[in-house]
Amino acid sequence: MSPLHDKNFESIEQHEHHHHIVSPRIYLTIVCILLAMTGLTVAASYVEMYVFNAVVALAIAAFKMILVVLFFMHVKYSTKLTKLTVGAGVFTFLILVGMTLSDYWTRAWGRW
Amino acid sequence: MSDSQVVSNQVVVHGAAEGAHHEHLPYQRHHFETYAQQSDATNFAMWLFLITEVMFFGGLFTAYLIMRNWYYPAFVEASHQLNIFWGTANTAVLITSSFTMAMAVWSAEMKKKGTLLLCLTITFILGLVFLGIKTIEYGEKIEKHHVPGFHYSMQSFLNPQSDPEVYKEYKDKPLSYDMARHTELYFFLYFAMTGMHALHMIIGIGILVFMIFRARAGAYTTGHVTFVENFGLYWHFVDIIWIYLFPLLYLISRHQ
Repeated sequence: MSPLHDKNFESIEQHEHHHHIVSPRIYLTIVCILLAMTGLTVAASYVEMYVFNAVVALAIAAFKMILVVLFFMHVKYSTKLTKLTVGAGVFTFLILVGMTLSDYWTRAWGRW
Repeated sequence: MSDSQVVSNQVVVHGAAEGAHHEHLPYQRHHFETYAQQSDATNFAMWLFLITEVMFFGGLFTAYLIMRNWYYPAFVEASHQLNIFWGTANTAVLITSSFTMAMAVWSAEMKKKGTLLLCLTITFILGLVFLGIKTIEYGEKIEKHHVPGFHYSMQSFLNPQSDPEVYKEYKDKPLSYDMARHTELYFFLYFAMTGMHALHMIIGIGILVFMIFRARAGAYTTGHVTFVENFGLYWHFVDIIWIYLFPLLYLISRHQ
């Protein structure tokens, strides 16, 4: 094993096995943003935006989800294995939904 | 290596049978090299479980997406029956409970027993408040016969003016009989999705009670935080489901 490889491996080990404690300040900031976003999405639903009402609401929901996953669920501070698992989960979920929708979409849409 | 020659042969054999035995924390399982490895493995398993949960709720969300597009007018008018005030209140309650749960994990990590108990108890109470509000909302549906089944009533959709509370806000036009029939599908999905979500809350609240008793006895503040940490992941996951249910069920059809 080359010294360089060894050194890299050690740094990965250290990085991966360091248990990060997220501070209450971060949690408090995140919860305030989440509550503000809830207010924003309710306010946005009172504005007539036609098809964009759904788009805006889902975009805000996705943003809130990302904050919860990264900070409350510690994924930002997690091992590469956890990050990969979460990413693969979301990816597989989107594939399944996408395939299902494309199947329904291309056969007798709405005639059931 | 001179030491090993002095030490009796027995010790060496014993060591070989046990594998490379090493000192470790009392809560570290024997088959893990280090505690970090153990907590990484447990964390990974928890995430795999949560992904199966994503797939489960994903099916319901996909059904909602397809049905809403097919029977759009029915889904729009049916969603006008939901009370935005209660929906918003419940979202705030659940997000706050996620925050107190995150603080519970922090308290366990910092080995603060009092704070841990306080955070777990507040999370427990907020979980009950959520279910209480959900009960009020379900009660309204039961009164109006909007629960799918033999007693389902399409009155609010065939003749919107018969439902003055909702009519004065949305001025909905009467639906044809065939379209009004499909409002039952909306309520079926509403009860399936919020009901499964509520079931997850009930299970979570049960585990919270268990954790409160264990924490009182001194658990989780010994440096072994895995259980609190992984329960936190579950609780936040349930919060995320609601973050999507709220706009999809309550908000996106206000102007249609």
